Amino acid sequence: MTEVFEEISAADFFYRNRDIAGFTNPARAIFSSVRELVENSLDASELVRAPPEIYIRLSYEGEAGPEAAIYKMRVEDNGSGVPARHIPSAFGQVLFGSKFKLKQARGTFGLGGKMAILYGQITTHEPAYVASSTGTLKVYSYKMMIDIQRNCPIILDRKIHVNNERWRGTIVEFCLKGDYFRAMTKILEYLKQTAVMNPYANITFVDPKGRLYKFTRVTTKMPPSPKETSPHPHGVDVETIQRLIQITPCKNMLDFMKTHFHRVGETIALRFLWSTGFIERMDPKSLKPEEMDRLLEAMKKSDEFLKGIDMEYLRSLIETTGCQDMLDFMKTHINMTDEIAVLRLLLLAGLIKTKDPRKLKPGEIVKLVRMMEQFDGFLPPDPSCLSPIGEELLEAGVLKEMKPEFVAVYQRKPSTYSGHPFIVETAIAYGGNVPKKGDITLYRFANRIPLLYDEASDVSWRIIKDINWRRYRVTPDMPIAVLVHICSTKIPYKTVGKEFVADRPEVKREILNGMREVARQLQHFLTKQEHIETERKRLTTFSKYLPKIAQFSTELAGKEEPPDITELLRSVRRFEREGD
Amino acid sequence: MKEKEIRSSAKERKKEVMTSLEELGTTLYSQMEKGTFPWIEMPSRSIENIYYSPELRQYVLGDKRTRRSSRNIRHIRPFTQLVWAAYFTHELAENRKTSTLRDVYYSAQAYDVSFKDQQESNSIITDLETVADFAREDFNVFPEERSAIFGDLTIEYTVPGYEGRTLNLTSHPDGVMIGPALTSAEFVETKADKVIVIEKGGLFTRFIEEQVHNRFNSLLILTAGQAPRATRHFIHRLNKELDLPVFVFADGDPWGMHIAMVIISGSANTAHLRELTTPDARWSGVWATDIEDYKLPSEPLTDMDVKRLYELQKDPRYKGELWEREIKTFLKNRRKAEQEAFSRYGLTYIVDEYLPAKLEKAP
Repeated sequence: MTEVFEEISAADFFYRNRDIAGFTNPARAIFSSVRELVENSLDASELVRAPPEIYIRLSYEGEAGPEAAIYKMRVEDNGSGVPARHIPSAFGQVLFGSKFKLKQARGTFGLGGKMAILYGQITTHEPAYVASSTGTLKVYSYKMMIDIQRNCPIILDRKIHVNNERWRGTIVEFCLKGDYFRAMTKILEYLKQTAVMNPYANITFVDPKGRLYKFTRVTTKMPPSPKETSPHPHGVDVETIQRLIQITPCKNMLDFMKTHFHRVGETIALRFLWSTGFIERMDPKSLKPEEMDRLLEAMKKSDEFLKGIDMEYLRSLIETTGCQDMLDFMKTHINMTDEIAVLRLLLLAGLIKTKDPRKLKPGEIVKLVRMMEQFDGFLPPDPSCLSPIGEELLEAGVLKEMKPEFVAVYQRKPSTYSGHPFIVETAIAYGGNVPKKGDITLYRFANRIPLLYDEASDVSWRIIKDINWRRYRVTPDMPIAVLVHICSTKIPYKTVGKEFVADRPEVKREILNGMREVARQLQHFLTKQEHIETERKRLTTFSKYLPKIAQFSTELAGKEEPPDITELLRSVRRFEREGD
Repeated sequence: MKEKEIRSSAKERKKEVMTSLEELGTTLYSQMEKGTFPWIEMPSRSIENIYYSPELRQYVLGDKRTRRSSRNIRHIRPFTQLVWAAYFTHELAENRKTSTLRDVYYSAQAYDVSFKDQQESNSIITDLETVADFAREDFNVFPEERSAIFGDLTIEYTVPGYEGRTLNLTSHPDGVMIGPALTSAEFVETKADKVIVIEKGGLFTRFIEEQVHNRFNSLLILTAGQAPRATRHFIHRLNKELDLPVFVFADGDPWGMHIAMVIISGSANTAHLRELTTPDARWSGVWATDIEDYKLPSEPLTDMDVKRLYELQKDPRYKGELWEREIKTFLKNRRKAEQEAFSRYGLTYIVDEYLPAKLEKAP
């Protein structure tokens, strides 16, 4: 893995590992391309807090083998737009981006759009067309390709158009090999579920047969933007560190830790670096005279008790000590028991030496990531960086796309699993357009992205299977949909494919409780429905049978006229009203 | 043999049945006129209310009564079905038509009071029997299964188209089917002085061939297994109206024994009805002791047979010296024999030797 990073470019690496990013086969590739570009557009709109207007068009360009064709894909949005000078890199260089800080965002890899363009180029050898404006008087458009070996854009053409309308947004158009007809169900399902999660978005899709699918917004209210935060040390991976060391201005690990990570201060950074061996050991015998001066100075500043120590005494201690490290030395001879106090003191004396993070070797990066995962001294993350959709919008989304007879939504309080904050939101819908398939329909979302593959492996699926639904008066023949949304700075995906969530006990508990809450609300509704239905049947039964009893009795008794039973029937109705 | 004065019952009975149904209608009608939800009270047929009456020698219903009210949402549908059944059977009687339980089930659909299944409609007919205190055959609802009679009995039909016509039941050598027409016929005259009831068709035919009806001056009845209710009623009438003693011959096993018992004492299912039993009828064979005495070819009892015998031992109808002795013998020897087993001594042995001995031995 590390070797690969050294030998090939990032673009090349992702090309060789395209399965991971969801470009396994022509059907999956066209689905992933739609998904990645739509997610980018939604993110771009949210950046400027404009209700998204997204237009997607797939058009047929020609055959490409027995089970695939060439399609031209065009995606337009009204998002933030990309500044002109960044356009080539933003769309033509893998691992380029402006997001070095982390917040909850959609894109699964932070490179989705580029991956789609890269895949398109590889399968069709056609250039991509990108036009964008940030709402200035100019629109910039580029025709370009990606140099895969060198991971950089090749600009074929560049134009500047006048933008009197002050249009803002981005248009991406490129060709790719795909199998639309096999991917169609998934694409439409993806768009529908996206519409549920983004009830404030207008999404228009024209498919290769010219069929128009429109998902119209029902609100312009958008959920609050997530606060941007640095990544929590527990949540980073090798890729993140690599990106960080490329841009960091910090020259030592201590500053690096303090600057780029969430809730890491000096004390925690010191403790972490020391315990993981990222602080270089220093032999007391190697102290230079000026270093000894600085040490004495620091001792005087930091503690009354240490004021009595002078150079003479320090030297004699250094000469006689058996300690080979400054920390041990201080603990043994200066009678300091608090490790952090020693480290602070050494820092003050300028005796803490760490590596330059920009010069970390791949092996050291891997070690750092592993240590960060294992170290238990970090503070738990602050959940304000999460952006749940919220009960109101979730309900609006479900009502809009499923038109159910009943819906219940619920947002759980923030929780954490191995240091990562997360929030679970659940919804349940009954009747209306909810499919009736002899089983509960599950809709899964992670950071507002619909998850459509590997449903049966997902923790939510297992939870649904474990719940005793009869307790909630739910029977398998009912049209019921359950929706689970997890948002987190790090979704606990089980595999690199990022399609299903692993069953971490903390996450499982939150999902289970969220489902139970909405299930209880459904139960109340169903019970009430049942009651109304029973009363209706009761009345129907009386008005059906009582006249018959009257009729047959009249015949048997040999009477001419049937007895008057209107009063009896009225009494049943009156009773019903009282009992209601 | 002196000719008996025969009391006619069939016509009177029809009238009583009609009246009973009309009274039911009148009761319900006046309940509704008074502004109350119509209701019916009848003896409870639940298992706790079924007792064996040693005096009547049959099962009877106890004092518990149930009330069905159309006010109750769970009762109104079966209530309507019951009233419909009363109306429907009244129509049958008025138009002198007969029908079967299956007919009843389908007929209801025309009136939009359809039954869920045959079971439900059967149970409503049983309710009607309980409420009106008549058997369903009296309402012209007859069973599907048919049995037969042969012998010197002259009857007079009452069914439409045959009124006044008479028939002597020796007129057909296969016997005459005991169907609705025969059940509702009047007895005119007979020279027979006893009734012999036979379980199986083969033996019934043999008895006719061997002139049993003449040699023993008897009427022969074929039950073809468990006797249908109409046949049990017919036997009851022969016994009560014509004063004829009844002898029952069935297979020598617990099942054959029970065929005789149901003719004698009836079953728990008909505890609400009378006149389906013939307490004075006698079980004449094949006994467990006959298997020993006549050295009949026999087969071992199956587990089912043994289980059934233990059940019968606990059954209150099986009190009595003969029954208790025979059950014990069955359990002791663990052998059973069919009526046909007599054929090992020649085809006529049963008629020449066994039958006279049995009829004589009968108390």
